[in-house]
Amino acid sequence: MDKIPILKMGHFLLVTIQVDMHDRLAMTLQDDLTSRVVKDRAKGVLIDISSLEIVDSFIGRMLANIAAMTRTLGAESVVVGMQPAVAITIVELGMSLHNVRTALNVDKGMALLIAQLNGLAEDDGNEPNPE
Amino acid sequence: MTAIPISKISEILTAYEKDILEDWVKEQLSAITLRRDLLSEADLRRESLEFLKLLTQALERGNPQDLATAEWTPVRDFLSALSRSRALQNFSPSETATFIFSLKQPLFTRLNTATGKDANALLAEVWSATTLLDKLGLFTIESFVRSRNEVIKRQQLELLELSTPVVKLWEGILALPLIGTLDSARTQIVMENLLQGIVDTASEIAIIDITGVPAVDTLVAQHLLKTVTAARLMGAQVIISGIRPQIAQTMVHLGVAMGDVVTKASLADALSYAFKLMAITFTRKTT
Repeated sequence: MDKIPILKMGHFLLVTIQVDMHDRLAMTLQDDLTSRVVKDRAKGVLIDISSLEIVDSFIGRMLANIAAMTRTLGAESVVVGMQPAVAITIVELGMSLHNVRTALNVDKGMALLIAQLNGLAEDDGNEPNPE
Repeated sequence: MTAIPISKISEILTAYEKDILEDWVKEQLSAITLRRDLLSEADLRRESLEFLKLLTQALERGNPQDLATAEWTPVRDFLSALSRSRALQNFSPSETATFIFSLKQPLFTRLNTATGKDANALLAEVWSATTLLDKLGLFTIESFVRSRNEVIKRQQLELLELSTPVVKLWEGILALPLIGTLDSARTQIVMENLLQGIVDTASEIAIIDITGVPAVDTLVAQHLLKTVTAARLMGAQVIISGIRPQIAQTMVHLGVAMGDVVTKASLADALSYAFKLMAITFTRKTT
């Protein structure tokens, strides 16, 4: 069974979905991602769905769930690169994914996560490790 | 009804072609419906002559009772082209139909002279001629209406395309000025155009300006919210601007909630808000 690779990049985890999502793959990703957030003590998760062309309500809910789960574990998640057709489909399905952060592309998503991290660091009063 | 011999009409058309043409053109010129400003006499004469020739040929070969046969194809094609050009020139239906119906008088006069004192024969000829011309006239009107409808359809499509432009205001700021009523079909196009624009220009902020939208009811608000949500899913923030005082009042009275969407009164306000979001500042140069 194929898996969606999760890459670690500094404080963040990078997930690129490049295959059609089916339900079991989505569940596996959810499992893997939550374990990795805990294991790597990640501060942010970036999910790139620019190659995703077909979504259904299950995938939509999965995106919302992942965002909520990682937030519970102390990591912000950003969904980047959603295709216009996918966005329209999700809206037409009546889902707004209100608590999911979004960005146009990986660059902007990364900038958002870094800004978030710096903001957190200022709140904590200590600098995050630049590595 | 037995088939009426039509040889007379085609004979007469051949024999008196010049005279009939003269009378016919005179008849058309004297008709009050003729648009001198749109059609010159020379053009009219040329068209009339061509039609008479085609009609004579068709009558010699084909059955005048059935215009759908192949023999009548040249006549039909000619009339379609004529109605089409008249429709595009803004002629009215009756002005277009006059072309055919004004042929009656000159033709009937010649039929009268040709049949002499035989009243029955005259009646038969006139009946045959009048059914033929009526059919041709109806056909002209039909093609006229068809061309008009085509024009309307094409304009509707163009309007739909024209009315939803996505303009780039600044690096990273898009604007979408909406003009006219928002219905579901238009919302779909607006949404697609906006989202594609966001992808193409990698813009973070989109301003939807509804100054040109005459009324905002719950349905329109719902459409707008959908567009805003879809844009947000792609990672862009949407600001709605151009809300007129009356519209603001109606929206509140109707209980239309725009949720947490940022709304501004004018495009200028929205733009300065967008600049603030992007941390762009301007200073006036002091001399």
